[in-house]
Amino acid sequence: MMVTDAHASPHKIEWQLGRVQAVVAETDRVKSIILEPMSWLGHWPGQHVDIRLTADDGYQAERSYSIASPPEDKLLTITVERVKEGEVSPYLLDELRVGDHLEFRGPIGRYFVWTRSLRGPICLIAGGAGITPLMSMLRHRERSLDRIPAYLIYSARSLPDVIYRDELDGMADRDKGLRLVYALTREQPRDWPGHRGRVDETLLANNCFPREQNPTFYVCGPTGFVEGISSMLVTMGYEPLSIKTERFGPSGG
Amino acid sequence: MNQNEPPVSRGFKSKRPTSVKTRLPPGQYLTTDFPVLSAGPTPDIRAAEWKLGLQLGGSILGSWTWEEFEALPQTTIKTDIHCVTKWTKLDTTWQGVTFDDLLKAVGLQEPPEGFVMAHCDGGYTTNVPVADLIAGQGMIATRCEGLPIAPSHGGPARLLVAHLYFWKSAKWLRRLRFMAKDEPGFWESRGYHNYGNPWREQRYDGD
Repeated sequence: MMVTDAHASPHKIEWQLGRVQAVVAETDRVKSIILEPMSWLGHWPGQHVDIRLTADDGYQAERSYSIASPPEDKLLTITVERVKEGEVSPYLLDELRVGDHLEFRGPIGRYFVWTRSLRGPICLIAGGAGITPLMSMLRHRERSLDRIPAYLIYSARSLPDVIYRDELDGMADRDKGLRLVYALTREQPRDWPGHRGRVDETLLANNCFPREQNPTFYVCGPTGFVEGISSMLVTMGYEPLSIKTERFGPSGG
Repeated sequence: MNQNEPPVSRGFKSKRPTSVKTRLPPGQYLTTDFPVLSAGPTPDIRAAEWKLGLQLGGSILGSWTWEEFEALPQTTIKTDIHCVTKWTKLDTTWQGVTFDDLLKAVGLQEPPEGFVMAHCDGGYTTNVPVADLIAGQGMIATRCEGLPIAPSHGGPARLLVAHLYFWKSAKWLRRLRFMAKDEPGFWESRGYHNYGNPWREQRYDGD
């Protein structure tokens, strides 16, 4: 894996200020924040940034947010889900406005990453806001000429809870190399033809590349979701080292 | 922008009681549950098949089956743990065998100098200076809050080096290897800090 084993950079990843260029409501509980960095040398899809807030008494809070935009974009997009009783997400969702400056640093992380140089096929499996880093991968993939075969299985509570739905549907419509499958766990439209309930082994078996094709898995979501999916994939015979996971703790921010 | 003084975030107010703040390293927040962070699937390890090895160069200084390991002197410690993903959990209780007792068990009066690489099921590795494991600072833990450590949290046995960021407390530990020269482990060769002191906020390379 060339990308992940790249030689460690000795330079500190400096804090910088990003100007908020836009705030986009994605769902009732989720917004995307689009930042203009002061300087940015690019990132790999799947990487994250750290956000730091400072109160007037000097108190600071930090959280990590995955980057949703592809490396081809000059602006950085992070997508934030409201965490009940959270300290940072309510601020980002309710208080932050266009024109504000947000302190952040990045990009961070060299394992849960995919670029087209790593080839494929890739199976992306998202639970809720876990779609964010996978969206960066899909946006990156869409901007390349060689559309590496990809599956996305996206589990959400209901259709209105699906983040980036129009963009995802558009991508899948335009591109035969991408298969998009939603699993709606709590509420489904009456005529819903797709999967109802949690992602199970049958759904995975029908929507993952076979073992002979050596797919790489990127599984991102809440802890229970990732634990469940990754152990199902191991049971199905996929090589554990081909399953890359990123878990969102239940207590984020 | 003044490098030493980060700008105040307009409208951001601290919600944290002061008593807790003093136990939180910079940039950390308090959690009461126990989030799971791993790079891949949780391995299925049966205690009956589990073994731990202590290695120096080409030779094995000692190796223990589960039963043999359980028969070593047990120590319980209460400590705060700090994950690089920003959560801190206070007053966690762990039981297991201290690194000191492991050295005694193989008849070493003085530990070899240098560093230790922890090797784990699933291929995970992490490097820790020997100086950070001795004098009661390091343990191979088999119980958390009085119960066997759950597989997703690193059971049956994980390293515990609580004064460093928690990725150093490697899950699913199988082998400890002494090294004269330092080598980076899994996260240490992927952009994370080589040492990882939370109080100096050494999260990433160059911090």
